[in-house]
Amino acid sequence: MYVLIVGAGKVGWNLARELLDKRHEVTVIENDRDRYLTVEQELEHNVQYGDGSELWVLDRAGVSRADLVIAVTGDDEDNMLICQVSKEKYKVDQVIARVNNPRNKQWFELLGIAPVVSATDLILRLIEHEVPKYGLVHLLDLPRERLEIIELLLGEDSPVAGRRVADLELPDGSLLISVLRDGTGFVPSPDTVLESGDEVLAVLDPGMEDELKAYFGPDGSESG
Amino acid sequence: MIVGAGRVGSSLARSMLRDGHAVSCLDEDPEAHARLEIGLEKSWEDVGGQFTVGTALEIEALQEAGIERADAFVASTDGDNTNIVIAQIAMGRFEVPTVIARILDPYRAEWYEQQGLHTICPTRVAIEMLETEVKEAAAKVAAQ
Repeated sequence: MYVLIVGAGKVGWNLARELLDKRHEVTVIENDRDRYLTVEQELEHNVQYGDGSELWVLDRAGVSRADLVIAVTGDDEDNMLICQVSKEKYKVDQVIARVNNPRNKQWFELLGIAPVVSATDLILRLIEHEVPKYGLVHLLDLPRERLEIIELLLGEDSPVAGRRVADLELPDGSLLISVLRDGTGFVPSPDTVLESGDEVLAVLDPGMEDELKAYFGPDGSESG
Repeated sequence: MIVGAGRVGSSLARSMLRDGHAVSCLDEDPEAHARLEIGLEKSWEDVGGQFTVGTALEIEALQEAGIERADAFVASTDGDNTNIVIAQIAMGRFEVPTVIARILDPYRAEWYEQQGLHTICPTRVAIEMLETEVKEAAAKVAAQ
């Protein structure tokens, strides 16, 4: 199939590579001259220089015979309009848009653009696995989503060592995401039995670190 | 309500206010407020204007600026894409009765006009004026 990608950032470039590997025909449009020249070294004629929200640039790239248009620029307005014009003016069957700011999702919907892909949302969805947790490194704040992700190390004396995840009484607003044990990470199930030495990732509402830390007990670093 | 108080937006805002309308401007640049006051004796607020700092894609900013009671909405930021998107938001989400978008790109202005969006394309106007002038000059040369 013929795929038109607008935006040769990390996402667009790698997408193009993958699709070319799979023997699809691909054109990438990039409007930053320096970026275009960089990407052109590898993608050669498969990348064109121009503002993909302009009609003549889309025309030149053969938008009307595209089976799929993917708008992955860093600008939500651009992505919206590229998809809108592709669908409504050029009758492209399938469009996919990247949402940079999750709060703009409603506007993509208003303009009838689906599906949309938001990296923030994807990470949040991964986080939505049920799980619990505990020695405590603050890894990531997602203030817009009002979430934090922390890492806990289960110490020798951790009260949760030897207990099943399902039996933990985690504070409301917290969830175990993953367990790292002997160098291997996995997503815990309710039947997973936690062990001292486990490194656990948890997602939680802001301000709950202390409560979780108390629940999981002193971590390994404190004991030794 | 006017989004984008640049040279065009701010002049329009003053003239609408002068004609007795309630005018609210939204601009992401706080400095735009100073542009609104060019030629005014008093502050923009003292002459009855409203000014909100914010981005038009933020629904809270639109609401704070009073989009829900707007009779007319003008999108006159310096970005075509922004103008096209927010004009559609004003129409589709807030059902503002009159929505006008300034679009510099003549091709897209034409297409969106066909889709039912009221557009003003200053580039189109400039092209037509230049064509007229140059053709007149050409006619003079031909007549000599």
